[in-house]
Amino acid sequence: MSQQIAWQVSLILMSLVVLAFAFVAINSGARQEDYTPLQKRAYRIRSRLFWGMVVVFGSAMLYTLKDLPYGAERDHSGAGAAQIVEAKGFQWRWELSRDHVEAGQPVEFRITSEDANHGFGIYDGTMHLVAQTQAMPGYTNVIRHTFDKPGTYKILCLEYCGIAHHNMITEITVGSL
Amino acid sequence: MASHTYTPMPDQGAKASVLAYLVTVAVVLLLMMVFGLLMRMEQARVITMGASWFYELMTLHGAGMVGIAGLAGAAIMWHFLRQYVALSQGIFWANLFLFLIGVVMILAGVLLGHFHGAWTFLYPLPGKSMGMWSQGAAALFMGGLLVIGVGFVLLHLDIARALIVRYGSFARSLGWPQLFGHDDGNAPPPTVVASTMVTIVNIAGLVAGASILIMMLVNLYVPSFNIDPLLAKGMIYFFGHVFINATIYMAVIAVYEILPRYTQRPWKSNKVFLASWTASTLMVLFIFPHHLLMDFAFPEWFLIMGHVIGYMNAFPILVVTGYGALMIVYRSGIRWDMASMLLFLSLLGWAAGVMPAFIDGTIAVNYVMHNTLWVPGHFHTYLLLGTVGMLFGFMYYLGKPDEHTQDALLDRLAFWLFMVASLGFTLTFLFSGKESVPRRYAEHLPEWVPYDRIGALFALLVIAAVLVFIIRFLTRLGRAGRDYPRAPLAYAGTA
Ligand code: HEM
Ligand SMILES: [Cu+2]
Ligand SMILES: [Cu+2]
Repeated sequence: MSQQIAWQVSLILMSLVVLAFAFVAINSGARQEDYTPLQKRAYRIRSRLFWGMVVVFGSAMLYTLKDLPYGAERDHSGAGAAQIVEAKGFQWRWELSRDHVEAGQPVEFRITSEDANHGFGIYDGTMHLVAQTQAMPGYTNVIRHTFDKPGTYKILCLEYCGIAHHNMITEITVGSL
Repeated sequence: MASHTYTPMPDQGAKASVLAYLVTVAVVLLLMMVFGLLMRMEQARVITMGASWFYELMTLHGAGMVGIAGLAGAAIMWHFLRQYVALSQGIFWANLFLFLIGVVMILAGVLLGHFHGAWTFLYPLPGKSMGMWSQGAAALFMGGLLVIGVGFVLLHLDIARALIVRYGSFARSLGWPQLFGHDDGNAPPPTVVASTMVTIVNIAGLVAGASILIMMLVNLYVPSFNIDPLLAKGMIYFFGHVFINATIYMAVIAVYEILPRYTQRPWKSNKVFLASWTASTLMVLFIFPHHLLMDFAFPEWFLIMGHVIGYMNAFPILVVTGYGALMIVYRSGIRWDMASMLLFLSLLGWAAGVMPAFIDGTIAVNYVMHNTLWVPGHFHTYLLLGTVGMLFGFMYYLGKPDEHTQDALLDRLAFWLFMVASLGFTLTFLFSGKESVPRRYAEHLPEWVPYDRIGALFALLVIAAVLVFIIRFLTRLGRAGRDYPRAPLAYAGTA
């Protein structure tokens, strides 16, 4: 979902950049000797562009701060008590305190590592990321996530940790009550 | 404000030292691109080299590319800055010399010692190889980085000295008197302002990088010397972010210097320009938490700072530098040759690459895109099209036989190929990132392989185009050192 939006917005913005450069390249041929009036006009357009960007980017920037994945320990939204999963990363495997949780009820993953940095990435049945955090030695990072859909989810390592990094995969089953 | 008139600057040939930098860059760049292609082909299951080779090549590609991007930026900056301040040839050579020593150490650590802890040497991985490499191999690799870093520190200290001798202080060479006071039109030229910014941020970045490298080297042999992994991560990303960013802020000097010569229009340091460079100086220093958004252990304000500055950082690049290039070219009668086309394209690459970058710096997006191929997707856009585009534009400028020479059809074809293939290559990464494909995976799931194949094909085409650029430059090396006019006058215009 976020991925789809990020991709589409990026494509639109990148296309706008390409169009602007193409427009100028096409209109580069006939020289206007006196640069001053051109500059004046360009500066006027620029300040409009600037303020336009302030409004658009600024609201996007603020709006996206609304819902942050941090502070999960303090968050007690969702129905019922959280199901706690202790997760520990090792070179190169995951150890989960339980590999079955229920959908519709918050899950609290407490994630750490025994050796190098790892990344705890939760993938849904279609192999798309739904949440992640770093697994760090000496620290415990907490993700709170409520699975809507039952099914088999995968945990992939998302921080490079050596030769078997890409094999550091495990599964967690989300059942329906 | 006498900012509407263009004062011609003579085209200077490159010193032998600059050419030595550029030849080193060209050779390493090509080799690293081939390594990149091999990685992509492995993921695409076109070849089978195994995970050990993959991660060794990945380590070399990362370190090598970042290193030569720095070298390329330094060569461009040094070449043009020399017009305004007195720089030391000896130090400039010393940096190259240290670079080559560092490269030998890195190659030995990786190819002989099989170190493959990635160029980011994230603590404590280099010391925890599970028997895949020795402490010695890790020490060679990190020692190599350290030697390269020392060379760059020396270079920046010399630049700092030269700037201060000429302008009195960094505040003056950043144009603060004109920015905060009356703009008398005498602000330092863009090259000086940019060099000041880069010198400030890179010295800070390199000191942090050298400190953590030394701490980790000690830790390799004295494990009881403990390092906080979170602190180590912060220092590494601060260094890495600053250094790789500085490369493009150095390389863009080629655009500031060369496009005005082609258009006979000035690129002056007016208030907006000065403000944007002062802002960039601060933002490049404080934006690095956007690499740490998934480290929930950092204080929340620190991570939000990364998010916010990520958005702000886009402004100077888009509204000042990118827009500035559009202004100077619009109805300028510019003659499009390889140099001017590549420089123009490079700003397109930078401006376009900023978009997926700041989007990824959005915490909510980062939550599902961090460490996917989205990340190499955005940074290859501004490094490959941006920094490397600036580098090749500079090379074509230096090697242009005279003002009137037309480029061969082959070169022009290579230009279009470079543009299309690079965009294809980076969009394939971005698309894979959208599909949640993790970065730094030697092996991909079957459903991801089709994207890898497309990516490998585009990579091959990029290399074909780059081969033309490099061979052309090497055949013109003799000329590149001489002083003569290169930039063609724009077409005569109407009043
Ligand atoms: C033909 C051109 C290039 C190709 C085919 C290529 C290919 C690749 C590939 C396959 C990766 C690994 C992606 C993954 O995580 O799975 C990578 C990473 C990287 N590339 Fe490139 N690349 C090219 C050009 C460049 C350039 C020009 C630069 C910089 C100036 C660069 C800098 C990097 C860096 C810093 C990494 C990250 C390494 C890491 O994750 O440790 N690349 N590239
Ligand atoms: Cu791992
Ligand atoms: Cu891993």
